[in-house]
Amino acid sequence: MLKLDNIKTYYGNIQALKGISLEVKKGEIICLIGANGAGKSTTLMSISGIEPPRSGSIFLEGIDITGMPAHQIVTMGLSQVPEGRRIFPQLSVLENLDMGAYLRRDKEEQKRDLEYVFDLFPILSQRRNQSGGTLSGGEQQMLAISRALMAKPRILLMDEPSLGLAPIIVQQIFGIITRINKEQGTTIFLVEQNANQALKIADRGYVLQNGMIVKSDTSSALMADEEVKNAYLGV
Amino acid sequence: MNKIIQEIKKSVLSALWLMILTFPIMVIKVNSYEGVVLWRWKNLMWIGIGTFFLSWLWRFLLDRKENGPGESKPDADRDGKFSLRKALGERKVKIPTLAVLAILVLAFPFMVKFYQVGIMTSALMFVILGLGLNIVIGYGGLLHLGYAAFYAMGAYTYGLMYLYWGLPFWAALPLGAVSGAVFGIVIGVPVLRLRGDYLAIVTLAFGEISRLLLENMSGFTKGPEGIAQIPRPGFFVKLSLQGATTYLFYICIVLVLFAIFVIRRLEDSRIGRALEAMKEDDIAAQSMGIDLAKTKLITFALGAVWAGMVGVVLAAKTTYINPGSFTLMESVMILVAVVLGGTGSIPGVILGAFLVTLIPEYFRALADYRMLMFGVALVVMSIFRPQGIIPRVRKRYLVGEDKS
Ligand SMILES: Nc1ncnc2c1ncn2[C@@H]1O[C@H](COP(=O)(O)OP(=O)(O)OP(=O)(O)O)[C@@H](O)[C@H]1O
Ligand SMILES: [Mg+2]
Repeated sequence: MLKLDNIKTYYGNIQALKGISLEVKKGEIICLIGANGAGKSTTLMSISGIEPPRSGSIFLEGIDITGMPAHQIVTMGLSQVPEGRRIFPQLSVLENLDMGAYLRRDKEEQKRDLEYVFDLFPILSQRRNQSGGTLSGGEQQMLAISRALMAKPRILLMDEPSLGLAPIIVQQIFGIITRINKEQGTTIFLVEQNANQALKIADRGYVLQNGMIVKSDTSSALMADEEVKNAYLGV
Repeated sequence: MNKIIQEIKKSVLSALWLMILTFPIMVIKVNSYEGVVLWRWKNLMWIGIGTFFLSWLWRFLLDRKENGPGESKPDADRDGKFSLRKALGERKVKIPTLAVLAILVLAFPFMVKFYQVGIMTSALMFVILGLGLNIVIGYGGLLHLGYAAFYAMGAYTYGLMYLYWGLPFWAALPLGAVSGAVFGIVIGVPVLRLRGDYLAIVTLAFGEISRLLLENMSGFTKGPEGIAQIPRPGFFVKLSLQGATTYLFYICIVLVLFAIFVIRRLEDSRIGRALEAMKEDDIAAQSMGIDLAKTKLITFALGAVWAGMVGVVLAAKTTYINPGSFTLMESVMILVAVVLGGTGSIPGVILGAFLVTLIPEYFRALADYRMLMFGVALVVMSIFRPQGIIPRVRKRYLVGEDKS
């Protein structure tokens, strides 16, 4: 589905990614874990075309999307929930969701998808006419996920969906991520600090350190790994 | 009691501060002919007294803004405004109001003295400029400080094409629009990656560069000397000065209506939505599949079209253009009209443009102080009413729901 081959991304002279290679197969939930500043967000931004890599190549369903502009990558069925949610603050919840479906023209289907996200997050339905900026942090996160879903992606990139949320909401969000994956067949590439929870729902995981992948394995193997346990699981 | 003493103390301090600050310019006057220095102590006294009371009033207003207007005045004020808006939205009120307005506008040139028509035409031109800049700033959220360059582009399109090819007004008007748009895109491409303050500075520089180019390419543009004797538009036959001025007035009215129509269509369009998203968060907008580069260029082009057309009208109205008419000051005045009136709000921008042009015109005494006046107005507005005089009411669009 998605394949990165030796991706190197720079911010000016600073090299943030030092040759990342990874693969996400269709229907999988893949988790990328790593410390602050490891380059997790940069990896997602490189995939989605917002911070294009300087070298290496990215394939989406076999098509080379390296250097393609971000808006075009969206048309190929890739959506992202960016770091920090990035809700449109002045727009209402409905308008935010509508923005998510910006590229779509199938009004009827959109209505059905709207029902679907309201079913996932009933609170959003209650807040539908409230401005995005006045939602609580958790509600904004739900909106960000829903907005990305409104594009009807085949693969969804999520940057720390659990950041700053209460444990009970975190549980709920992870539950919903699994649900999206099962019900819609959406492939999910998840970046998380909350490695414990993330690995529980993921099929496989990659560990990122200083812009390099240092480990990759199935979730259960990673959870059993001593180093990973010490560094990221806090047990 | 204690509070009053404190207030007095604050006011006295402000007064003293301003007295010291303005001492060199308001008190000392050097008469270099006679070699004497005049000490105008009276001025100092007035400044002291004035500041004392004004600073008191200022703090009172600030206090009221923060803590609300007190209990005696609930939301009556706000409700009143709301119902005016609502009333204007109702058909029964809207249609007669528009009809009366239309008759007044149509009859205007015959009701007032001739020179008033000229002034009003200038005001209308400013309205169109404001509406155009408002597309860039209000909808696109792109702070553009070189808008006068587009205006110059239109004016010189007519001026030069007349000079070299004898092109008439009506051919120049659409060409002015096109050259404005093209120039908008040309300026837009290099600034695609900039935003906020950086964009403002670079566009400001572009504005000045354009003007300097016009000034220095004297072989082609006639430089600072300008282009003279550009013809006014004729209406099948050549019109008298009076006739042509009236004619331009009506042309401007049509352009204003056209601009309003286009902008309202824009608000409801896909591009309007893209603009909204881009203004709010450009990274998220990209993730929604919005082509930022294209959207920005369209914004610049759509904004510049109006300046291009008004430029042609200006050349026809004054029959003479030179680079001096398109300084940074011009860009700033248009910006002031937009911000003062209400960024993003069509009625706001129209009101702003009228205020900015008509106040200095009708209060000649104030004309010299107009920059000072608008400066003060902007400061006061940004504290008490940052959304502008008539703030924007954003239309909410709904997805998959009944449009109720
Ligand atoms: N816009 C930028 N300009 C310069 N350097 C940047 C920029 N964004 C990120 N970096 C640097 O790139 C490196 C990777 O950042 P990135 O945001 O990808 O980390 P991360 O793994 O997502 O961290 P976190 O868990 O804190 O979100 C960091 O060293 C960071 O300082
Ligand atoms: Mg990050």
